[in-house]
Amino acid sequence: MALLEVRDLSISFPGGSGRGSALSKAVDGVSFDVEAGQVAGLVGESGSGKSVTSLAVMGLLPHTARVGGSASFDGRDLLAMPERELEGVRGRDVAMVFQDPMTSLNPVVTVGTQITEVLRRHTGASRRAARDEAGELLARVGIPAPVRRLREYPHQLSGGMRQRAMIAIALACSPKLLIADEPTTALDVTIQAQVLELMGELVRERGTAMLLITHDLGVVAGLCDTVTVMYSGRVVERAERHELFARPRHRYTSGLLASVPRLDAPRGQRLQPIPGTPRDVIGWDAGCAFAPRCSAADDACRGTELPLVQDPTASGRHLLRCAHPVPDQRADEPADEQERSA
Amino acid sequence: MTADATGAPDGQHDVLLSARGVAVHYPGRGSLLRRPAPVRAVDGVDLDVRRGETYGLVGESGCGKSTLGRALLRLTEPTAGSVVLDGVDLRSLEPEALRRARRQMQMVFQDPMASLDPRMDVEAAVGEPLRAHGLATGRGERGRRVRELLGLVGLPASAATRYPHEFSGGQRQRIGIARALAVEPSLVVADEPVSALDVSVQAQVLNLLEDLQTQLGLTYVLIAHDLAVVRHTSDRVGVMYLGGVVEEAESDDLYSQPLHPYTLSLMSAVPVPDPVVEDTRERILLTGDLPSPADPPSGCRFHTRCPFVQPTRCADERPVLRELGMPGVGAPPVRAGGSPHRVACHWAEAIRDGQLRPNASAHDPAATAPA
Repeated sequence: MALLEVRDLSISFPGGSGRGSALSKAVDGVSFDVEAGQVAGLVGESGSGKSVTSLAVMGLLPHTARVGGSASFDGRDLLAMPERELEGVRGRDVAMVFQDPMTSLNPVVTVGTQITEVLRRHTGASRRAARDEAGELLARVGIPAPVRRLREYPHQLSGGMRQRAMIAIALACSPKLLIADEPTTALDVTIQAQVLELMGELVRERGTAMLLITHDLGVVAGLCDTVTVMYSGRVVERAERHELFARPRHRYTSGLLASVPRLDAPRGQRLQPIPGTPRDVIGWDAGCAFAPRCSAADDACRGTELPLVQDPTASGRHLLRCAHPVPDQRADEPADEQERSA
Repeated sequence: MTADATGAPDGQHDVLLSARGVAVHYPGRGSLLRRPAPVRAVDGVDLDVRRGETYGLVGESGCGKSTLGRALLRLTEPTAGSVVLDGVDLRSLEPEALRRARRQMQMVFQDPMASLDPRMDVEAAVGEPLRAHGLATGRGERGRRVRELLGLVGLPASAATRYPHEFSGGQRQRIGIARALAVEPSLVVADEPVSALDVSVQAQVLNLLEDLQTQLGLTYVLIAHDLAVVRHTSDRVGVMYLGGVVEEAESDDLYSQPLHPYTLSLMSAVPVPDPVVEDTRERILLTGDLPSPADPPSGCRFHTRCPFVQPTRCADERPVLRELGMPGVGAPPVRAGGSPHRVACHWAEAIRDGQLRPNASAHDPAATAPA
């Protein structure tokens, strides 16, 4: 049994673009596991539902949201848990790191107090013990002069240090599961490298499970064990990371990989963009939401719902929701030919 | 410093924009007893941009790349130095002459939603620079020109009567580009033109910029924090750190042989969407954060974070951009049509030749063993 098992998660919000009573679906039938000591990546662009998914797991969605399915953590369903019980889990067993530390840290409370607050609440540590522990945590996440920093306010820290302070708060109670939503997107690359290194160490050394939500395929390639690709609220592909990057089968996944400029790619090679925008979707019940942007789309992609199934050509576990997957080949040479003729 | 558009180091090339010693200092915050130290956002940059090329400026937040881009167009007034565009010294121009000169130089901004007036329809927004410069006079003529521009950036003519909020991010960026191109500039400074866009849409805009350059013979200064984007789009690249250019080379040379320790660590930090590469490469992790540009470190500005820092020179002598000598020889021959690879580091040769390893001293014999 995985530490976190999300099953058939669906989230909708009232007041879609249509009439008043209409619900707009943000996430539809999403399932995934996060194992202890592993990093599960959730990848997608804006509107894919990746962030809402993480908020739902933490019970942090507004009350107007309708949430279905289950999120079983250590055998207990977080979605069915009463708020009070959930408060005991949040911050202690499950912690979250958000993209923008400036909006999730309290600007009028010192960094030290924000860390000791968590410790005192969940571990019942004395003020003094919590203070010492907080200093150690800041040192552990690589903040220089940690004891002095404890007395400072968030605005006195640089962006990278704030994010590390957020991670320190998240780690305060040695959570079993860390949910990180675009944890390095607001950071510069050299600082991002430091933070990713730190998070990788955590998972390896402490056996923490991590759910990493990002749009950055590079970050995923370096850190995640399994990768789940979401599009318009549904899972379109999932595989172990080497498998996914070597043999992307869904047209959206392969399209994303072909559209990002790579630092190690020869110059002058033209990028292959995905036409249209993430807004150009059709409902999943009417076929594949990606069909309007997909070069391989035909009648098979419209009209009937497509299931998420095991890729029969894969040796390991590789799930796919596509009527016309990318032909199974080690992509190198044939892909080059396609580009030359294009 | 004197500007010399035909002088070294780019005498053999047709230079469109030439900057010498450009500095932008902002008044800093002092206290009752302390005189405010100026924030040295840009601190003495020399730059030549050749006609028809894309010059990439790359660096992390706070390095001064955006300020430099604005200073090149005199959108931010440089506190020192000269900027010569097509033989005209921009800093000497009176306001009206500068306004007329702006026809030659336009800017594309990061966030098209913030740079387009939400109450102006697309025709008015794209037509505004035409009106300001007295081009395509008459409503009918202007309307025709606006539709032509929309076609150029891949938007339907029907877009003219719609408002910015009706478009997606990528489409809005296309409108921003059409607006910049309306006056037929020769130079376009694009400041993070794709970083606000969805990954799948970025490539569309990058390809569009590339096509427009070929079609219209445009010269670009492309400012970005994303090295992969800069590597893909630029002919030559300048790497900035704390207000100065620390390395400049042709894109291919820079990526095949980065010389400055900052460039090395920057490139080693960029995640590559390939697990095989990610698993095998070695990261050069920097320690600490960017120092304040109000109180930059002495000597080499990077020495406080440099993994190759040496006990001599780094802390007290500011390195200048220079071409490297070959081991025991003079400057390397620049291949035909190529441009020099210049770097501002005292120890660049030793680092290139593997005599220095990260976090080791030059005087430590164990550290000089080949890698």
